[in-house]
Amino acid sequence: MREVPMPDSRFKILTSASTSGPGDAGRTGSWRVERPVIDLKRCTPAKTGKSSCHLCWLYCPDNVVSKTVEPTIDLEYCKGCGICAEECPVNAIEMVSEEAFIEGGADE
Amino acid sequence: MTKTTKTNVLNLTSEEFIHPGNRACSGCSLSILYRIGLKALGRDCIFVVPPSCLTVMQGLYPISATQMPVLNGTFASTAAIATGVRAAMKRLDKKTQVVAWAGDGGTSDIGIQALSGALERNEDIIYICYDNEAYMNTGVQRSGTTPQGGLTTTTPYTGKKETGKNVPDIVAAHNPAYIATCSASYPLDFHDKLLKAKEIRGLKYIHIQTPCPPGWGCEEHMTVKIGKMAIECGLFDLYEIEDGKKSFSEPTQKLLKKSKLRPVSDYLKLQTRFKALSEDQVVAMQKRIDLKWEKYRQEFNT
Amino acid sequence: MSKKLIESGNSAAALAVQLASAEVIAAYPITPQTPLTEKLSELIAAGEMDAEYVAVESEHSALAVCIGAASSGVRPFTATSSNGLLYMSEQLHWAAGGRLPMVMCVVNRGIGAPWSVWNDHQDAISQRDAGWIQIFAKDHQEIVDMTLKAFRLAELVHIPVMVNYDGYYLSHTYMPFELPDAAEVRDFLPDYNYKHALRPETPESLNTVTLPDARMDINGVKQGGYMDIRHNLHEEMRLAMDVWEEIDADFQKRFGRGGAPILDPYRCDDAEYVVVAMGTIANQFRDVVDRLREQDNLKVGVLALQMYRPFPTSKIAETLQSAKAVMVCEKGLSYGNQGALFADLKSALYPYQARPLLHNFITGLGGREIRTDDLYLTMKTACQQEDQGTPEQNDTPQWIGLQL
Repeated sequence: MREVPMPDSRFKILTSASTSGPGDAGRTGSWRVERPVIDLKRCTPAKTGKSSCHLCWLYCPDNVVSKTVEPTIDLEYCKGCGICAEECPVNAIEMVSEEAFIEGGADE
Repeated sequence: MTKTTKTNVLNLTSEEFIHPGNRACSGCSLSILYRIGLKALGRDCIFVVPPSCLTVMQGLYPISATQMPVLNGTFASTAAIATGVRAAMKRLDKKTQVVAWAGDGGTSDIGIQALSGALERNEDIIYICYDNEAYMNTGVQRSGTTPQGGLTTTTPYTGKKETGKNVPDIVAAHNPAYIATCSASYPLDFHDKLLKAKEIRGLKYIHIQTPCPPGWGCEEHMTVKIGKMAIECGLFDLYEIEDGKKSFSEPTQKLLKKSKLRPVSDYLKLQTRFKALSEDQVVAMQKRIDLKWEKYRQEFNT
Repeated sequence: MSKKLIESGNSAAALAVQLASAEVIAAYPITPQTPLTEKLSELIAAGEMDAEYVAVESEHSALAVCIGAASSGVRPFTATSSNGLLYMSEQLHWAAGGRLPMVMCVVNRGIGAPWSVWNDHQDAISQRDAGWIQIFAKDHQEIVDMTLKAFRLAELVHIPVMVNYDGYYLSHTYMPFELPDAAEVRDFLPDYNYKHALRPETPESLNTVTLPDARMDINGVKQGGYMDIRHNLHEEMRLAMDVWEEIDADFQKRFGRGGAPILDPYRCDDAEYVVVAMGTIANQFRDVVDRLREQDNLKVGVLALQMYRPFPTSKIAETLQSAKAVMVCEKGLSYGNQGALFADLKSALYPYQARPLLHNFITGLGGREIRTDDLYLTMKTACQQEDQGTPEQNDTPQWIGLQL
């Protein structure tokens, strides 16, 4: 590791240097008008109890589907694009209007 | 030919290198390919990104969505900046991968000079062009790769008159160390080509067709399907060229056995950006594709 | 061991860059910089300099390579002239706003259109607002010494530095100069550092889109917006003047040369009339000063300005405040208004109740020969006009050496 001197301490040197973290765009979950709902009785890994398929995890642009035997969706950031529902080979995911979740709003 | 790994969904790492809640559009296929691509590249990377959709995905200062170091730079100089980073890595004796991620505008239009220079010098970098076929970040203006007939804000009403540039062919004329085409709809294919590229020295160029729902005028949930259709219709082909030898990737390779491919009108119908195309233009497009595949069959079918 | 050489100005620059151990050289050939690029290429190919030489395909890419290298924590160098400098203009602003430590030599040459390969200062002047520190050398020894000091300044204050020297007058002429000992230079100039060097272990995203307003980062700490970052660049450019003087003092201790880092006066102590100029023309004026004093009994002096940006507002104003008249003679201008140096100086003198009258002279554009006789006659007339009647401030630039 090269030992490098620091710049002069009288200088603050403000620079546009970003550090990484989630939610740069805030709560992108607020973008969606429909949310994906997974039917665990149809979902292949959930049904068989074994890791398999996981196509919803693969194709999610926003990395909000978990690669778990019972897949979960992070609704904080899910933008509701519907790709998971479209690509699910066993039609286990349905896109449901957000309206259904407004009253009382239980998280699913 | 360098050995190819075959990654599948099960053995693909679940480690993530990009944070959710970023500013990519809902259903963005760049998000898919970027997310999966990063799994192949790993953390020992430095990225170079010009103004583009990916810049917006990086995030606004001071929050970044990508977990690797990223150097944002001016529009025309992606390949040159990457050259500078690579030269520095050489001086520091580091094996850190230097990866440029540019859009079609930043590659085939304003960025082509710097790319050509980097190719001529055979810089040891991976240059990735994600091609959504227009200047999407600034609201869908026509670019060098916008296909004929494509409606954009700067080719309104009648669509683009000219055909798009074939950037992989332009790049291939420079004889790079490795050149590959990919699709955002086949992220595992992209992943494995990246693994291969990491092991090759010299300039590796990867061109990825990146469907864009708002820019192409299709539904968000159809992103992956549209990309697959472009391949099924024989419009966009997945291949690699190494040591001057071209070989098709599986989704395209399997089409060689068919005598007739899916009609391109299926693909065009699904996108409102093609609604200005006339019957004659569609017929002409189909003819061009048919001719191309006739040549492929002659060359590659034994 | 230091050594004495007789070499061209371009060679002097190249040898200074070799001493400074620049590690990534990216340069595109352009008259009259080309021999500098060629010399660096030879030194590397001969194994006398350990660096990466990148044969870029344009000047815009040359500075891009330097930006990439500097951002990765390695000392870069490039050089250019005229249209090449303009071609990389957006990168100049980028390097400054990105607070990248780097040094570039600009071999001053007139800008097209029409095409000119000969010397004037318009190239550097046209970039004076980019946020780069600009210094002007007036002989080969200054090229060497200023380049070495520039590397140290850039790295201490994280602002890029442009070392200007006149095309042909310096780049292609031969002069004796001393090259300091390599080991002593390494002691003077420590290893390169960039505060936000790209490292996978501590990943950051540099220079992405920055909002107008300040914003919280992931730790909940408020970080500045665009204007705050730019304000900081300006403030620290001003502060860099002090650091430049400190570096010069240290250089003088180690190598025995220096003492006039910002203003280099000649016979100004008792001068009633002072000529202000940058680069080789300031040296040429020394002959004019001697002649005006001996033949015409005019108390004239010439003040060479070594650091143009940041502009040494109070320093130069205090020096000139008590003169009767100041003649600003420059090789470039802000078209549609006045000489750039003239305007800067007039603005610096504005707050003073008692201040000299200022004359603006433009000369030498596109390499037009600057005849010492013409300079002598013009300055003599200007001085003598002051003595007659009550002269008024005249902002209109007077051109020396027009032929039509």
